[in-house]
Amino acid sequence: MAHSQVTEAEHAEHNPALRHHFADEQQQKNAASLGMWLFLVTEIMFFGGMFCAYLVYRLAHFNAFAAASQQLDIRMGAINTAVLLVSSVTVVLAVKAAESGNRKQLVSYLVVTVLLGLTFLGIKAIEYKEKFEKHHVPGATFQFNEPFDDNGKQIPVNPNEAQLFFSLYFAMTGMHALHMIIGCGLFSVLAVLAWKGHYSPGYFTPIENAGLYWHLVDIIWIYLFPLLYLISRHS
Amino acid sequence: MSGQVDALYIYLLLVAGVMTTLIFLAVAILAIKYRRKPGVEAHQIEGSTILEITWSIIPFGVMLTFFIWGAVIYFQERTPPADATEVYVVAKQWMWKVEHMEGQREINELHVPTGQNVKLIMTSQDVIHSFFVPAFRIKQDVLPGRYTTLWFKATKPGVYHLFCAEYCGTMHSGMGGSIVVMEPQEYAQWMAGSASPPLQETGQQLFSSLGCSTCHRSDVQGRGPNLAGIYNKPVLLEDGRTVIADENYVRESILNPTAKIVSGFKPVMPTFQGIVSEEQLNALVAYVKSLSQPPGTAGLQGQPSAPPAETQKMQVQ
Amino acid sequence: MASEAIAANQAPTNYLTNGYGLKSWLLTTDHKRIAILYLISITIFFFLGGFFAMLIRLELLTPQGDLMQADTYNKVFTMHGMIMVFFFLIPVVPAVLGNFLVPIMIGAKDLAFPRINLLSWYLYAIAGVLFLHCMLVGGVDTGWTFYTPFSTVGSNTNVIEAGLAVFIAGFSSIFTGLNFIVTVHRMRAPGLTWDRLPLFIWANYATSLIMVLGTPVVAITIVLVAVERLFHLGIFDPKLGGDPLLFQHLFWFYSHPAVYIMILPSMGVVSELITCFSRKRVFGYKFIALSSVAIAVLGFLVWAHHMFVAGISLYAAMIFSFLTFFIGVPSAIKVFNWTATLYRGSISYATPMLYAFGFIGLFTIGGLTGLFLATLGIDVHVTDTYFVVAHFHYVMVGGVLMGFLGGMHFWWPKISGRMYPEGWAKLSALLVFVGFNLTFFPQFILGYVGMPRRYWQYPPEFQVLNVLSTAGSSVLAVGYLLPMIYFLWSLRYGPIAEANPWNAAGLEWKTASPPPTFNFDETPVVTWEAYNYDEIPPKEMEVPVGS
Repeated sequence: MAHSQVTEAEHAEHNPALRHHFADEQQQKNAASLGMWLFLVTEIMFFGGMFCAYLVYRLAHFNAFAAASQQLDIRMGAINTAVLLVSSVTVVLAVKAAESGNRKQLVSYLVVTVLLGLTFLGIKAIEYKEKFEKHHVPGATFQFNEPFDDNGKQIPVNPNEAQLFFSLYFAMTGMHALHMIIGCGLFSVLAVLAWKGHYSPGYFTPIENAGLYWHLVDIIWIYLFPLLYLISRHS
Repeated sequence: MSGQVDALYIYLLLVAGVMTTLIFLAVAILAIKYRRKPGVEAHQIEGSTILEITWSIIPFGVMLTFFIWGAVIYFQERTPPADATEVYVVAKQWMWKVEHMEGQREINELHVPTGQNVKLIMTSQDVIHSFFVPAFRIKQDVLPGRYTTLWFKATKPGVYHLFCAEYCGTMHSGMGGSIVVMEPQEYAQWMAGSASPPLQETGQQLFSSLGCSTCHRSDVQGRGPNLAGIYNKPVLLEDGRTVIADENYVRESILNPTAKIVSGFKPVMPTFQGIVSEEQLNALVAYVKSLSQPPGTAGLQGQPSAPPAETQKMQVQ
Repeated sequence: MASEAIAANQAPTNYLTNGYGLKSWLLTTDHKRIAILYLISITIFFFLGGFFAMLIRLELLTPQGDLMQADTYNKVFTMHGMIMVFFFLIPVVPAVLGNFLVPIMIGAKDLAFPRINLLSWYLYAIAGVLFLHCMLVGGVDTGWTFYTPFSTVGSNTNVIEAGLAVFIAGFSSIFTGLNFIVTVHRMRAPGLTWDRLPLFIWANYATSLIMVLGTPVVAITIVLVAVERLFHLGIFDPKLGGDPLLFQHLFWFYSHPAVYIMILPSMGVVSELITCFSRKRVFGYKFIALSSVAIAVLGFLVWAHHMFVAGISLYAAMIFSFLTFFIGVPSAIKVFNWTATLYRGSISYATPMLYAFGFIGLFTIGGLTGLFLATLGIDVHVTDTYFVVAHFHYVMVGGVLMGFLGGMHFWWPKISGRMYPEGWAKLSALLVFVGFNLTFFPQFILGYVGMPRRYWQYPPEFQVLNVLSTAGSSVLAVGYLLPMIYFLWSLRYGPIAEANPWNAAGLEWKTASPPPTFNFDETPVVTWEAYNYDEIPPKEMEVPVGS
């Protein structure tokens, strides 16, 4: 239906990726870019609600939150942070490869990004399993007896408040993981399309915009990690 | 206070009425005067910045008067007088449970004398409710997990509707009651018919039966802070914060002791969450508050003859 | 099909005749067809919500709860609220009129992301089906505001399913807003600068800002409520360390700006109607345009005025009350500017104009009563009573719905290629205005004398006002049913409309009625200001062909 009003001659002249309601490719690229930035703003507002809840409760229940936070595995969190930072680099390199028309490099970097993303998710799964074993998963099986280690002083805390920390921990990291899964799926699809030759220096907008999405998910983790893992780690 | 609310309401009605009439008239007159006539064209006018500024600033100025008057009334409504009689209210689905300091209990009714400031200290056992007395023009949501307060001074004897004004489930609309306002002599008679002990005595019994007095001693320094004289005074906590020991603080310290540990004490107090009911909590809070009253006036709080000067001194911060 | 009847009369292809069959509609990316899809689904929900309203008013005829059980009544008012807020008021003007008109008004072939536009409609439809299912399996009884802890712990109805439906509908809203913003920024025709845009575009643009920024917050709030309910967590439950007031803050952070999502587009419609039917450029174009944006921004700063008696601090309440008064100013500016536009105009009383007049009157009353609620001392008395119910119905129904109906009548010839019957339309407008006031004005009084909201039964002294209100609602119902009937009638029997039956300014009137799929044969180049009625000669007749 979209093609019905465009003549054959006109059709032959433009990039097949150009959609017909746009005047030219530049307009399409600008529109896609602005659209993705707006979408990222909505994601920030979405996570923002949870960050707000976290902020309020951390101020109200500092000791319990610190005690619960100390039970998280800081090494795994740090490794995951490094993994994500590297994956953002590979995304940038993928965009560069697309820009210079290097199909093999583009596909490689996309695949590496997906692998790094899966690594992140794998480590997260290990962390979640550990939480489950220590009975730190909120709900019927939740138990919390660990005190807040304040520079050697052991302060017992209210288990309900610790459960609140873990509720927010799972909600926030879970939502983040969901976004990572979507990102991995997205990049997998893009890798296949790239291998088939869909992208060229003249058209690689989807790579750029997916890259923006990935960077945002990365930035959200950069905020999550210190807020969740690094409260009160003096030693 | 309700007179003030009505006066403000009438003022707003007048202003709104004038504005509405002006706009309706303006639209009607203009629509008729400039109705389409053959051969007569419309006259284009871009706008007028002066007019825009005028009709922004003047209405805003008028609105500020609404704000100021409303805020003054609200400030008074949210600041209970120091000499107010206290009554504890516990809301639950779907009834109001009232407990006077003297021990008198009521369900869905609240008896008060005329001419006396009454302060309600309210909490909910389950979901959010709202204590609404239209005749007094007051309302306050009643929350689970904390106290909220409401105060009034009834002036005319009578029976007035009490409604729940925050949707709370099946019988939200059936959670009504009455505020029964009586002349002081009748009220005293009614109060005398009470069989239960005064609230702070109930609290004192609980304080000892639950073991509180083991650590919170008044003779020597026990494992817990001495609670005499602490009500409404600032308290220095372990983490460096200072809080005021109001009803909510006392209540929280019973249910969640490790939340705000007093400076110099260890976190050894067990929680009483699930062990005490809302009514028992009210009694304990009332008892702790009574430890801050000057000797000889304990139990007389709420009587019109309570010496205000001494009570003021206790509450100086 | 109706489109076949039209095709027989109009030789060139238009968007309605360009492809027949269900697939061509359900897989369309044409913004105009998507607007029609929305029109059909939103109308269905409107009448469903209206049906629940009728049940409420019937129950409230008598003080006792005698028509249905208390639990049923609680579900009925919850459904009425949820449907009307999430499935009618928020999407109606942007998704129907906005989708149809925004690209045409700016000289574009379509929105920036046509496939995302279709996705928006599917999300709405899926959310709608989910919500219908939720109703069929027992509904939900938390009130549309689903306050905790009642919604997380106290209610034993289908809270999660209803929440999921609202969540999905929210994403429909977000994508529509995103689409509009990018379209207005990137796809304006050559020469169409920001200060030449129709005010309907400015209104939808401001609305889209709110949709994009605010809706995600209610989305995450719903997620937290669902998670708390499913896993018995304590995010909002005080018994487990949570805070029910946190829910209220998060909820109202979206739900207050949401009411500006509802009203701004209708205000945009009114600007179009007033200018066309007084044949004048609008008075104070810049002020109206900037007021729309100001309302959108200020709308995010005032949410806790819904919480003055909820237990927030005295000083927080004062700050929010103060800020709330600021929003009154841009809204008042608009009303004054519209009124001033009438001055020395050449005014016609066609039905769209009647709705515009109705909007001005009813929005004035609704907006002024908002000031009552912003005033702390008064709010303590009237919050959670029928005063609030009356206030928001004045602005939602007297405002949003009147604006929508005015817009539907105005653009009906463009959308369908037919004219509606003017006589019946004027009658409906009158019935709506009278019925509306009779339904909702008594509720202001009911609220002040103390009748709380969401009451299945009430003390007998409130009966007279309730009976008046119910009587009014029966008139209102007729006023809404008539347009359904005559719009449908007009599809087959209405007179064929020309490209510009109102002789109106605006790019949408420069293309055929109905427009071709790609809107314009050639991209227009704009060299004129908005509402250039000084350059457009009026028609001889007061009302267009076919009255």
